[in-house]
Amino acid sequence: MTEDPRPAGGPDALQPSPKVSVAAGGHSGSAMSRLLGSLAGAARLELFLVVILAFLIWWGIQLSRFFLTGPNFGFSIQAVMEISIMALAMTPIIITGEIDLSVESMVGLSSCVLGWLWASGVPLEAAIPIVLMVGVAGGLFNGVIVTRWGLPSLVVTLATYALFRGLGHVVLGSTVVSNFPAGFTNFGFGYVPGMFVPWTLLVFLLLALVTVAIVHWTWIGRQVFAAGKNKDAARYSGVRVGALKTALFAVSGLVAAFAGIILTSRTSTASPDNGLNMTLAVVTIVVLGGVDINGGKGTVPGVILAVFILATLKSALTQAGVSTDYQNVAIGLLLIVSVITPQLARLARGLLDRIRLGRSRSAPHSAPGDVIR
Amino acid sequence: MALSGRANVHAPSRAGLLIGRLARSREATLAGVVIVLAMLVWLEAPNFLSSTNLISVTSLTAIIAIAAVGEALVIITKNIDLSVESTMGLVAFVVAEALKGQNLPVPAAWALGLGLGLALGMANGVVITVFRVPSIVATLGTLSIYRGLTYWVANGQEITISDLPTGYTDPASQTFFGVPLFVILAIAVVIVAGVVLRYTVLGRQVYAVGSNAEAAATVGVRARSTIFLVFALSGMLAGVAGVLWGIEFGQLYASSASGESLAVIAAVVVGGVSIAGGSGTVVGAAIGALFLGLINNALVVLNLPQEWLQVIYGAVILLAVATDALVQMRAQRAKARSRMR
Amino acid sequence: MFHRLPRAAAGMALVLVLAGCSSSATPSPAAPTTTAMSGSVVMIPKQINNPYFDVAFKGAQSAATALGGTLTQVGPSAADATQQIPFIQTATTQGAKAIIVSADDANAIAPALKAAMSAGIKVVGYDSSPAVGAYNVFVNQADTAGIGKGLADMACDEAPSCTGEIAVLSAAQTATNQNAWIAAMQTTLAGSKYAGLKFDGVYYGNDDPTISTQQTQAMLAAHPNLKVIIAPTTVGIVAAAQVVTSQNLIGKVFVTGLGTPMGMQAFVKSGVSPEFALWNVTDLGYLAYAVAVDLVTGQIQGNPGDTFTVPSLNGGQPYTIGADSVVVLGPPFVFNSSNIDQYVASFGF
Repeated sequence: MTEDPRPAGGPDALQPSPKVSVAAGGHSGSAMSRLLGSLAGAARLELFLVVILAFLIWWGIQLSRFFLTGPNFGFSIQAVMEISIMALAMTPIIITGEIDLSVESMVGLSSCVLGWLWASGVPLEAAIPIVLMVGVAGGLFNGVIVTRWGLPSLVVTLATYALFRGLGHVVLGSTVVSNFPAGFTNFGFGYVPGMFVPWTLLVFLLLALVTVAIVHWTWIGRQVFAAGKNKDAARYSGVRVGALKTALFAVSGLVAAFAGIILTSRTSTASPDNGLNMTLAVVTIVVLGGVDINGGKGTVPGVILAVFILATLKSALTQAGVSTDYQNVAIGLLLIVSVITPQLARLARGLLDRIRLGRSRSAPHSAPGDVIR
Repeated sequence: MALSGRANVHAPSRAGLLIGRLARSREATLAGVVIVLAMLVWLEAPNFLSSTNLISVTSLTAIIAIAAVGEALVIITKNIDLSVESTMGLVAFVVAEALKGQNLPVPAAWALGLGLGLALGMANGVVITVFRVPSIVATLGTLSIYRGLTYWVANGQEITISDLPTGYTDPASQTFFGVPLFVILAIAVVIVAGVVLRYTVLGRQVYAVGSNAEAAATVGVRARSTIFLVFALSGMLAGVAGVLWGIEFGQLYASSASGESLAVIAAVVVGGVSIAGGSGTVVGAAIGALFLGLINNALVVLNLPQEWLQVIYGAVILLAVATDALVQMRAQRAKARSRMR
Repeated sequence: MFHRLPRAAAGMALVLVLAGCSSSATPSPAAPTTTAMSGSVVMIPKQINNPYFDVAFKGAQSAATALGGTLTQVGPSAADATQQIPFIQTATTQGAKAIIVSADDANAIAPALKAAMSAGIKVVGYDSSPAVGAYNVFVNQADTAGIGKGLADMACDEAPSCTGEIAVLSAAQTATNQNAWIAAMQTTLAGSKYAGLKFDGVYYGNDDPTISTQQTQAMLAAHPNLKVIIAPTTVGIVAAAQVVTSQNLIGKVFVTGLGTPMGMQAFVKSGVSPEFALWNVTDLGYLAYAVAVDLVTGQIQGNPGDTFTVPSLNGGQPYTIGADSVVVLGPPFVFNSSNIDQYVASFGF
């Protein structure tokens, strides 16, 4: 079921360790009203994102008459497809309260393995499955260390972020492989014949549908949210938290490897430097989409909207000739603003409530995340 | 360091206790590893321990160590600061730019650097404590924003040695009784921060907020002001590191210090500061910086294939954190066992 | 920073390989001079806000004033080929007449450039070549063999009696430009004149000041008798010179390679780097723009054998387009104490 996506708010230190969720609006009682409450909460956030998207589209049109054209849509969306599919895989991980910083290095490693295999004469049909398995192996490595040894995922994936990148250098050395066949390049760079829809967009939409289904409509998704809200309570309710998280890391590795294949195809180059700086973009998309970085809350549709917001913003700025460092500033600002705004809304509502009820503090008005002082 | 509940027939000697304490001390173990590593490398390449090499290597490491002290404070409160590299870069460039006109005295430049670092840190603090944005998200944003500011200030220019006052970069290689100036500065920072953390109320508040914010709140520790202060201090220390960066390299670009956040955070983590907050020391963070800097230098001096550099880096971080967890697990088991008796 | 041109010069290497192949070209009756054009030209360097490329841009701007057309410069903030692609595609959809580009990666941007070319846009490469077939003309700043020999000669000059240990501080390990120059240098070093020089190896600084500094420090620790450090990268040469200075090795270890006048001025004066080289970056930008104009107005087709003149360059002598549609700007420039001050003033970077 869709959970209340409002960020719990508050600096990390203010989070009480057991996270108790309160359905939007604080409804007790029938499941139906709780469901409606959650949906209302989710809809509020997605509406906010839709507003941002609409504004950016309008702004893009003001900036350039070429903005709302087919070709512009095509390549703008194509440019973010790798980080977008990784964002889909990253979402459940962050909902469970973990994080995977190593995704960009897996992109590099998988690109190198693909290049090395291809240069050694292995046909692509065989090479690609091998590369995907490398991704799974890397993800399992992350997952096992995090769950078995109980090490924080931030640190473990920080280490593998360096480790995987290094392995990529070892595999490919100082060579760069770029003589891929045209058919392969067409997958990453080409469009569906006759339309401005890149092939990779179709891949993304399919994966998005699958992710929405699994996270929001299946028992796996329920377990993900449960594990994110309260790891111990989930375990006592029979959720195999360790196995779940390991599986999520393995999927993240698999998807990152697939993203590496797409990137290699789009640039028709296998290089250890492929994928540099992608992790921050992936995390940005997930957080922009309303997923709480502390875990337990978030929606996949929000992340999908965030993908389009990012693509639109970058497209508008590129059309205006803005260089990427200033584009990054815009993205950083958007990120902070998008997280602050629901907070401000809550603050405003709280203020209005207090004005309406007068200064009588009959019952302490506490919301999840507040520390009782 | 509670002694085990088992009755000791022979009470351990003072020396034995001390060695036991040292062995269990994260920082001491790490220092020991550093010394052993340095010895091993010296056997292979005697020039490794030559004064010139040591001075060069430790100067750069000192800069990271100073930034790591600030980052350690942040991480102990259970937060994180990803923007430290951008703060360093912005301060480094702005200070150098100010010196370029040759009409700003060097002490004023230092004041500018510290002030700017403080301001940038306070901006982080405001977003995190007033607007309640999680620190990883906030500093992810300011990482780009501060870097963008640097590009804007730079406006396509780079600053070269000829732009700076003559002799500006000399302190990077000067020594005081054989110890490099930068190292002395780093040690001073570590001592001050360490004393504050261990012996002052603020220090106790920092640990309290990191280990259990709720409990801390019930005894009146105001988490938000502590966190704000910690980010302000971290920004100021990053500013110091930025000014030193300019003195060390003499050449500044809009992209100066890019990528150093990873080095700083890795140093802190390797130095025994737990990412879960509430534990760790700034001494550990500084030794962590020294350890990683030494590895970097050793790998090249030993002529190991460059490809393995990142692999070893990653493996070292994993090892450091794994041993931490192992030691903690053992300590917890021992505690549980002694409680059950 | 610049010359972090990892995989780019597949084109460069190909130039060397195919240099033997001559294409039949009928000499044109008279070398055409550039005539004016109108329309927009987009310049996409490896990296925006990079002083090297900004100087090239200024050169292109003066060409634009002289020859017509509107010039803009856009690009990524990091030397990342995947970030160049959107700018190429945007220029294509916005109807530019020509794109002047320095490739972060020869192959990665090739599909986007080919799409531009099929849309009728002229593509001129400069500084770092896109893949062969993805441009109409590539303007090369200097020829590889010439740079290689120049590096060897400067090392020989700086080592006392052309004797001693030398080592190279390069950019990224995958930087095809640097690798090509180093290979050319080593071919030259095989000659008898250089028999006294002992080659200690290549270290990679990734065009990153920190890494370049660390690599230089380690290089000096590993080879205590090192005499000359050759750094064919403007970021690396400065880092190496700074390390030599701070370790008080002036007069014992010398630094040479490719550097910018302003960055190296102090080191020339202090004796750390008596000689180093580069090329006229302003002229590189000017020539690239002039070639673009010629292509757009149809003065040249970009085929090997085409000749053209640019009034303010090359002393009025015609340029000839060589194999793989490459045209070379000219020989590298050597800077030393006698000319450094005047060139800092005139080059401006």
